Amino acid sequence: MHNPAAETASVSAAAVHPPLLQVDRVSLQYRSATAVVQATHEVSFDVHPADRFVLLGPSGCGKSSLLKSVAGFLPPAAGEIRLEGQAVHQPGPDRIVVFQEFDQLPPWKTVLQNVMFPLLASRTLGKREAAERARHYLDKVGLARFADAYPHTLSGGMKARVAIARALAMQPKMLLMDEPFAALDALTRRKMQEELLALWEEVRFTLLFVTHSIEEALVVGNRILLLSPHPGRVRAEINSHQYDLSSLGGAGFQQTAQRIHRLLFEEGSGSPTPTTEQAIHFGDVRFSY
Amino acid sequence: MSHPLPQTPPIRDEYEIPLAPLPGLVLQRQFSLPQRIWQQDWVRKGAILVLLALVWEIIARWQDNDLLLPTFLQTAQAFLDGLRSGELFGKTWLSLQVLLKAYVLGIVAAFVLTTLAVSTRFGRDLLSTLTSMFNPLPAIALLPIALLWFGLGEGSLIFVLVHSVLWALAVNTYAGFLGVSETLRMAGRNYGLRGLGFVLQVLVPAALPSILAGLRIGWAFAWRTLIAAELVFGATSGKGGLGWYIFQNRNELYTDKVFAGLAMVIIIGLLVENLVFNTLERVTVKKWGMQR
Repeated sequence: MHNPAAETASVSAAAVHPPLLQVDRVSLQYRSATAVVQATHEVSFDVHPADRFVLLGPSGCGKSSLLKSVAGFLPPAAGEIRLEGQAVHQPGPDRIVVFQEFDQLPPWKTVLQNVMFPLLASRTLGKREAAERARHYLDKVGLARFADAYPHTLSGGMKARVAIARALAMQPKMLLMDEPFAALDALTRRKMQEELLALWEEVRFTLLFVTHSIEEALVVGNRILLLSPHPGRVRAEINSHQYDLSSLGGAGFQQTAQRIHRLLFEEGSGSPTPTTEQAIHFGDVRFSY
Repeated sequence: MSHPLPQTPPIRDEYEIPLAPLPGLVLQRQFSLPQRIWQQDWVRKGAILVLLALVWEIIARWQDNDLLLPTFLQTAQAFLDGLRSGELFGKTWLSLQVLLKAYVLGIVAAFVLTTLAVSTRFGRDLLSTLTSMFNPLPAIALLPIALLWFGLGEGSLIFVLVHSVLWALAVNTYAGFLGVSETLRMAGRNYGLRGLGFVLQVLVPAALPSILAGLRIGWAFAWRTLIAAELVFGATSGKGGLGWYIFQNRNELYTDKVFAGLAMVIIIGLLVENLVFNTLERVTVKKWGMQR
């Protein structure tokens, strides 16, 4: 699948190149009907070019809020987010978001028009160039045949592919994915992870990926930020560039997975919980409260 | 009862079946011709109309009083005569012209109001206050005032009609805008859309089912207000439209012509509903899978 040696090289080059994205002691709050809720508390991390950076944590740790904040939808209550040294203030086409929901594709546009949409809306390209580039990326995700179909005629996995093609076509500085595969069935999800890695191998985009599945984090990411539950605080950063889909169920993979599990769930409690003693089965590990 | 259930399920032999191709098996079968004909909307609706006309004819013949209820055939005759002489057609055209002008004005006004309402808080308050004030007010009630302000003629009619289109459409459009999913909104903003571009490229198409419903209601309100206005104040539009045709003929006790006028109102309603709005729906929201 991908080449670990090339990745270690890029990791060591991180010292030379400045990080692409800096999240600097960011605290996030959101308003519910009755109160202001603290989502994260002074979270800091750096994302380097061509990183596949994963935010991992249980529900309610503010990982989606962090991603929204990086996208510019949610201004931080304290701290700062910088993209290439520039503070992020509002949404923009240099950070394209791939959402979990299927309704992220405007139903009134065909697949091709959907992929062209950000290119035209942000006036990046003219109509003809946009169509050309859209076809190129649709071909990359294997949907060239469906260019003229409407989204409601596609399956969930195909919609996710369109959303990814649309994001890639913009060639953004960063790709932000908010649990993009969570609504897919297990088989399709596995296939999409595989395709995403293959695309990364080809295009080398910078990815910020939110998930609450340890397995998905290890497979998709090269570096994982662990967030504690409510309010989200940084618990650890872990390397996972050595793992891919072929390492599923391997000894090292299992060990790292259990370490992550321990870090996420044994916070504060002195005694180890019995769950860590059991092997984690990776049919489909997802935990939620 | 005598056999206790076994604790473990029995172990059965595995098996595999090699699948050969299925020659001659029809995977897709066309509907038969009568079924296909009955699938057509217009055939079923046409059948309903024919049935209604039949019932009308029977009741009218049994009643046997032209002055109260002319038969369907007599009405059809009067209708054709009216068309042939050009009188019915001319009056209808007069009415429709006024209606279309007012309708377009009403749409523009509703668009401006709702765009203001989604972009500013003041606009939102303005829209909600105005709609709650004017939506329950029958547009026709404003006609006396309109006559005072704009005098006899098109101006006062258009004023009343705009009023009847505007609020129904604005309420529906605004509700549609509010119903647009957060994900679509974020996607639009993500691509740098703001202001009018955002409204036109994201909100309007996403809210199109509600907007179309509003357009339908607005059309019906405007049409009935217009006919009522012409009936009550016959010569409001100067030359007199379809309502005036109905009113005049009633005065002269040409009941069949009254019915022909009413039939024209109904036919135009049917045509606009089926040809204009249904087509609009078919090439937009239905094609996009937003509405069944």
